[in-house]
Amino acid sequence: MKIFIPKDTSAVALDADDVAQALSRAQHALEAEICRNGSRGAFWLEPLVEVELAAGRYAFGPIGVEDVPELLECLPDRLEDHPKYLGLTEDIPWLANQERVTFARAGLGDPVCMHTYTKLSGFSGLEKSATLTSQEIVTQVLESGLRGRGGAAFPTGIKWQTVLDTPADQKYIVCNADEGDSGTFADRLLMEADPFQLIEGMVIAGAAVGATLGYIYLRSEYPLAYRQLSLALDIARREGYLGENILNSGRDFEIEIRLGAGAYICGEETSLLSSLEGRRGLVRAKPPLPAKEGLFGKPTVVNNVLTLAAVTTIMSQGSQYYASLGAGRSLGTLTVQLAGNVARGGLVEVPFGVKLSDVLKDYAGGTFSGRPMYAIQVGGPLGAYLDSTRWDTPMEYEEFAKVGGMLGHGGVVIFDDSADMLAQASFAMEFCAHESCGKCTPCRIGAVRGAEVIDKIRKGDRVNENLILLEDLCETMESGSLCAMGGLTPGPVRSAFKNFDFGVKGPDKSLSREGIS
Amino acid sequence: MFDVERLNTCISVWKDRPGALLPLLHDVQSAFGFIPPDALRPIAKALNISRAEVHGVVSFYEDFKTEGVAKHLLKVCCAEACQATGSRDLQQFVEDRFGEMPTKNQDKEGISIEAAYCFGNCASGPTIELAGRMIGRVTPSKLSRLLDDLD
Ligand SMILES: Cc1cc2nc3c(=O)[nH]c(=O)nc-3n(C[C@H](O)[C@H](O)[C@H](O)COP(=O)(O)O)c2cc1C
Ligand code: SF4
Ligand code: FES
Repeated sequence: MKIFIPKDTSAVALDADDVAQALSRAQHALEAEICRNGSRGAFWLEPLVEVELAAGRYAFGPIGVEDVPELLECLPDRLEDHPKYLGLTEDIPWLANQERVTFARAGLGDPVCMHTYTKLSGFSGLEKSATLTSQEIVTQVLESGLRGRGGAAFPTGIKWQTVLDTPADQKYIVCNADEGDSGTFADRLLMEADPFQLIEGMVIAGAAVGATLGYIYLRSEYPLAYRQLSLALDIARREGYLGENILNSGRDFEIEIRLGAGAYICGEETSLLSSLEGRRGLVRAKPPLPAKEGLFGKPTVVNNVLTLAAVTTIMSQGSQYYASLGAGRSLGTLTVQLAGNVARGGLVEVPFGVKLSDVLKDYAGGTFSGRPMYAIQVGGPLGAYLDSTRWDTPMEYEEFAKVGGMLGHGGVVIFDDSADMLAQASFAMEFCAHESCGKCTPCRIGAVRGAEVIDKIRKGDRVNENLILLEDLCETMESGSLCAMGGLTPGPVRSAFKNFDFGVKGPDKSLSREGIS
Repeated sequence: MFDVERLNTCISVWKDRPGALLPLLHDVQSAFGFIPPDALRPIAKALNISRAEVHGVVSFYEDFKTEGVAKHLLKVCCAEACQATGSRDLQQFVEDRFGEMPTKNQDKEGISIEAAYCFGNCASGPTIELAGRMIGRVTPSKLSRLLDDLD
């Protein structure tokens, strides 16, 4: 018998370590082996304990320490008597109905077991790449239609082509693992549950553009991801997937992890590069593009964790397969992260094009509080707050833009009807003020003023004038900011005012400025 | 007392590597608990940059502390997904008890408190980190119990 209990940040935050300890005390009597697997991303069921018998893996969850004695009594032949019994894990609809591609392996086994990884077709993308020229790899990525998963959705193949075509004595692959958006945890889950996949993706990227060194810029808030990645890197090195002449391809590649230091702005790629160089995380103007003059002035691929991970599938299954998933110009799968006030939160991987409302209906299970859903912020702190009239939108980059939203990194933060939308609007400004790199005045000062103005509106102080002032501020931030931090912060602010009725009427557009001053 | 040997050990690991300043500061902070002011000059010298530059980096990043924190550090996630599950109440509870965040230093209960912005536990918030441990689904009463259990 084998018992699985995840070693995952969210599972551990809900006492999975204590459950594992309680189970291991009974290990001998049961003649069971205990495996600390990764999470499957069904965080609403964590800690999710699985018991493997001849017929398959049976799930129980959420399991607290207090549930363990009864669980032990039910093993191995009265499983269904346990109140937390969920049946075969693979039959749980919440998991079974997803289209797991990037996250197909997550939770199946020990995340840093090389044997598990290769048995589940790990490194087959790299093996394929080892037989191809750099241009052939880049062409496959181009043909897959893959777009960056970090938020900006830039076509990955085009970025790689630029780096490949820029001659240099040194090129770099930088993995953006800063995942700062509230409501997102897909990068974390991938790094904790399937770290070899990221390593494989980075080695392929190196082969594609002629880079020999990769950095993973990992936020310091993810200590477990750091641990799993470090272990995985050591093992990959030992097994010849890193180092010199990888898989006899004649290509070399090394990876180093660098920790961030608690700055949201360092997720922006040029700020990230400044930080990697050992400087303050100031945003740089583009051009020059990082693809031409990036880290230490050298051509650099900067890609999100999920982008690099997707490349392993594209190489192993082909660009046609990948492009067959999704809709419109958004191809492949989207990892929706259901977060906030949600009953069944976690990672939902589905092809692009599924409506947000369908994801909510099929997976969210309502709010955690039991009250009606009211506002949903999609795409992180710079994403708009959407009211229920906008939830029917297909989850595609272009479709979301049409309703004034953005998909970003796929975070879906649900609020119930007790949400204070004015407070959320104010928070968007406060967050911008707190995290601004300081380079542009509209962002650095405008956001501080924005929060003050919203505070005045709340107090009923000259509401109409202050609404006009707020609109002015938003316009200035949008047009006068170097990056999306200042440029997109007006998004959540405006949407909170526009899409929700909290007794404050919008500025009367027919009034001229002179008319009210 | 400021242990120069320890600092030099940290410096020697990173001195000749590209982009050394952040990882070096992380190491110094784990060795000393914070970045001692006296460490700036030797760090600057070793990396061949100005002291102002080192200071600029230390002050830019939230993680780097310039003075010691209390025995226990409590970080409360104040980002949107946790707000949606009640972190504002939690924040209120913490501030009622310890004063407005961030408390700089040693309050009488030996706890420093800080706002944090997302731990990647957004499906099971509100989230806190207490004495290095991440904890989910935290309510004021659960936090109260956790604080009582601290030594
Ligand atoms: C304020 C700000 C924060 C960002 N944070 C992240 C982040 O945490 N992770 C990420 O991958 N991209 C982030 N991005 C996007 C990056 O700038 C960049 O587009 C991305 O890393 C490119 O990789 P991709 O093409 O694979 O998405 C951020 C952008 C901005 C403006
Ligand atoms: S918009 Fe804000 S974060 Fe972006 S470069 Fe300007 S000051 Fe920095
Ligand atoms: S928003 Fe609190 S953990 Fe992500």
